[in-house]
Amino acid sequence: MPRVAFTPNLQRHISCPPQDVGGATVRAALDTVFAGNPRLRSYILDDQDRLRQHIYIFINNDRIADREGLSDTVGAQDEIYVMQALTGG
Amino acid sequence: MSDRLLLGTRKGLFDLRRDGGAWSIVNKAFVGEPVSMLLRDPRDGALYAALALGHFGVKLHRSDDDGASWPELPAPAMPKAGDAADDKNAPSVSLIWSLEPGGASQPGLLWAGTIPGGLFRSDDRGESWTLNEPLWNVPGRDKWFGGGYDQPGIHSICVDPRNGDRILAGVSCAGTWLTEDGGKSWRQSAHGMIAEFMPPEQRGNPDIQDPHRIVQSPAAPDVLWTQHHNGIFRSENGGTQWHEITAIKPAKFGFAVAVHPADANTAWFVPGVKDECRVPVDGALVVARTRDGGKSFEVLREGLPQRDAYDLIYRHGLAVDGTGNRLAMGSTTGHLWASEDGGDRWTLIAGHLPPIACVRFA
Repeated sequence: MPRVAFTPNLQRHISCPPQDVGGATVRAALDTVFAGNPRLRSYILDDQDRLRQHIYIFINNDRIADREGLSDTVGAQDEIYVMQALTGG
Repeated sequence: MSDRLLLGTRKGLFDLRRDGGAWSIVNKAFVGEPVSMLLRDPRDGALYAALALGHFGVKLHRSDDDGASWPELPAPAMPKAGDAADDKNAPSVSLIWSLEPGGASQPGLLWAGTIPGGLFRSDDRGESWTLNEPLWNVPGRDKWFGGGYDQPGIHSICVDPRNGDRILAGVSCAGTWLTEDGGKSWRQSAHGMIAEFMPPEQRGNPDIQDPHRIVQSPAAPDVLWTQHHNGIFRSENGGTQWHEITAIKPAKFGFAVAVHPADANTAWFVPGVKDECRVPVDGALVVARTRDGGKSFEVLREGLPQRDAYDLIYRHGLAVDGTGNRLAMGSTTGHLWASEDGGDRWTLIAGHLPPIACVRFA
């Protein structure tokens, strides 16, 4: 079951502890997180559910390729790490 | 006079009170975060703060306890555009640029103007928001363009104090849009404005005008003032026809304008050199005031820096209180000044604040 973790910088705005979720893609995994924490969605995704411009997502050590569709696949042992870019602050 | 000032800055909200003849910061919120717009709703006392978080997007907060706590509300958001997750051009709100209460007889109604040009309505004190589709879908909206930002935006929302369904929205860059039925239909109303930045045959086109800031006279709502990209314009018929005011000095470029609450002929501006050099003329910060409807202007300097000053007053950075005597203005370099006598003399209140986007008496 993939694990989703969020940048500590987000914690000052909204609680979002790491959690193990189902899902075969980044989109599916995040949707599971958002289902339990709806307010978090707008911090990570824009109005069209694309990744916000100054947010990066890594699967283990690799940045995801699909910032709009979030279709990158994830395995049961993967960690999805949602972090803020150094730009945009 | 109002003894309370709210500032929205690049790094937080500052709440100031005047006590014993001096202003001081008595409360802070969102320190470190960009605050793009503030509102104190005069109908119920609620405070609203719009944030533009660099990484995490546009947020909206309301305080029902006068600033002690700020629970988050849903922010205005563009409707999902079908399969637009694959469309990089599908719209998403990037800034709340204006926030105004509806009419006195419309409790709970709020209007929010945004970049990329959407006007949003809330009927429940910001608990939910709906894009005004009639304005978003006006013919030619795809030709609106950004002024200062990459995308167009609504920075001014003038709700007629006589009729809350009559609203004028100022757009950079798309002129002024007027509704008389609460937003069901809109028509362009920037007739008479001139855009020097366009090719000659396009200069009178109302759809491409860049009003930087528009204010409506509370005492005579048919009178509106605009600080435009290349001049001052005034309307005396409710914002449907405008004429240029050429007596402004020392320059006609600027962002901010304020109108006296009881006298439609008195207004204040803060000129800069010109669009390609957005600094005070000769390094001297001044306020230009007219008391005769724009026939003449006084240049007010007392108490303001008169050399090596590079302060710019943004479109929401100048405010006048309900008496018309007390003014405040905040600059891009974090200076805050106030006047007790209609702008004749100014006093520096703070000099080390973050860049100031919004100044409001509360």
